[in-house]
Amino acid sequence: MATPFIELKHVYKSYGSVNALSDVNLTIEEGRVLGLIGDNGAGKSTLIKLIAGVHSPDSGEMWVKGKKVTHWSVAEARAAGIETVFQDRALAEQQSIARNIFMGRELTNAIGLIDVKRQREEAERLMREIGFTSKVFSPDSRVLTLSGGERQGVAIARAIYFKAQLVILDEPTTALSLTESEKVFAFVRQLRARGAASIFISHNIYHSYDVSDYFAILDRGRIVYTADKSEVPSADVLIRKLQTVARHGMLDIEH
Amino acid sequence: MEATAVSTKAQERNAIRTWLDQNRRGLSAFVIFMGLWILFLITAPGTFTNPQAYRAIFTTLPIDIILAVSLVFIVTSGESDLSFPSVFGLSSYAFALLVSNEVSPVLGLLAALLVGAACGLVNGLLVTKVGLSSLVATLGMNFFLRGLINVLTQGIGIPLTMMIDTPFYNVLVGQVGDVPVAVLWALLVVIICLVLFNRHRLGTHIAIVGDNPESAKEMGIDVARTKILAYVIVGLCAAFAGVMSSLINSTWWPTAGDGYLLRTLAAVFIGGTPTWGGVGTVIGAVFGAMSVGFIETGLIGAGLTAFWTQFAYGLVIILSLIGHRFNQGRYR
Ligand SMILES: Nc1ncnc2c1ncn2[C@@H]1O[C@H](COP(=O)(O)OP(=O)(O)O)[C@@H](O)[C@H]1O
Ligand SMILES: [Mg+2]
Repeated sequence: MATPFIELKHVYKSYGSVNALSDVNLTIEEGRVLGLIGDNGAGKSTLIKLIAGVHSPDSGEMWVKGKKVTHWSVAEARAAGIETVFQDRALAEQQSIARNIFMGRELTNAIGLIDVKRQREEAERLMREIGFTSKVFSPDSRVLTLSGGERQGVAIARAIYFKAQLVILDEPTTALSLTESEKVFAFVRQLRARGAASIFISHNIYHSYDVSDYFAILDRGRIVYTADKSEVPSADVLIRKLQTVARHGMLDIEH
Repeated sequence: MEATAVSTKAQERNAIRTWLDQNRRGLSAFVIFMGLWILFLITAPGTFTNPQAYRAIFTTLPIDIILAVSLVFIVTSGESDLSFPSVFGLSSYAFALLVSNEVSPVLGLLAALLVGAACGLVNGLLVTKVGLSSLVATLGMNFFLRGLINVLTQGIGIPLTMMIDTPFYNVLVGQVGDVPVAVLWALLVVIICLVLFNRHRLGTHIAIVGDNPESAKEMGIDVARTKILAYVIVGLCAAFAGVMSSLINSTWWPTAGDGYLLRTLAAVFIGGTPTWGGVGTVIGAVFGAMSVGFIETGLIGAGLTAFWTQFAYGLVIILSLIGHRFNQGRYR
């Protein structure tokens, strides 16, 4: 088997007395879509925030492209080609679209002055690419004026611009319309077509089943089930697994 | 052809709309200032057509402006700073102490800036690392530093009359023709702050951090570092303003800076920077400071006693906040 993009080994993470993740072992493969499933509060967002470098694990190991990482931060995750579309979309509402796309990675010269013109142009191009057809918006429009789907588009535009090798999408379709969700699925398929890996988190098992190549179920901070799509004949099988997990609590890990 | 012409027109209209939208806060501060000025031109024509009145205003205005534009950074970052009056006092004390002991004034100024930056650093650390409320932490710092000044000096000022007409004095607070040099320095500070706030990564990060610190963190912005730097900007400007003010007065007073707390805050808010963070306007703060500076002179010119000053400040603050409120449209 090829070297996985990321491997988590015995990872623990707690917030004060809340154990968000316990003994998590997970492999993120190159070029494939992982459907990460689990109830509210299962620890999905926590898990991907560790990968994205926002939080660090309390204990356990993370391996990226075959190397064990010691320091991990948002900057290092990005340098490794990881882009995250966070559940809250990580937007600053009172700022412009352009500012939001380049948030934390402004196009600057040596003394930190921003190339505002280039950021506008790139933002404009990205807006066309993600299908902002309305002439009402310009790169200077404030995010506050955008709909939920359009905001998701801004968050996704970052992943497009920075040409990610691994894109993490945390509940990207929640609160989106059908057509808006379709755009997100199309984006995930495009990613796979160009050989990038992704993690797709969704409450909607049917959505997840459609776009994913393999699955992991997280329950109360533990990975309780992993499977390849070839082993899962339909979305309903996944739903039944989830229900069993909910009813019986911790199951033996099944592969 | 026709269509292109129309769309160019539309584009131009769009560009104008965008510009208005981006500058609406600064613009409304400008309107408030112009309104005040016209009001005073009508009610106190004797004063406001007399260049002498402007000369008086322009001796203190640079101090107001430098303090106000620096506060825009911290308020936009979502925090507040009530300690700058004492930072002003302490850093200009360092300057006065050194030059009265025959140290070069340039070194004295550098020392003052260092003290100001250090105070900003302490404020920033208290807020970001210790996790204190910025309102309370900087209020405490304001008392603490003023107390430190009083203990160190036993309430005794330092005369700086020996500085008058030295090259250092002339470069910082002298006159070029009719223009006080201090105005030019304030202009320089404003330009630097404008670029820093609108075009530099730091200003952008300050706005983002004040807008949504959680998003900033997720996008790899160091929230604590950004806020600390905003405090350092306030500290540096307070120090510079303090040195200038002491030179203008030819004396360093242990109370130096005390009078600036409320009027500077008033200038920032009249200037259109809201209290909630994420947005602010440097140019608005300049107009805010000018409004505050004009009120006092205007009232006296209009034949009212100084007893009316606070009444007028209050009125202008409330009226201008109502104005900004209506002008901010759909944004919040
Ligand atoms: N910043 C935080 N501080 C404290 N507790 C948190 C924080 N973030 C998440 N939690 C808790 O950790 C658990 C897992 O949350 P999360 O990872 O957001 O789950 P999911 O994304 O699967 O809904 C929940 O019990 C949640 O309340
Ligand atoms: Mg979540």
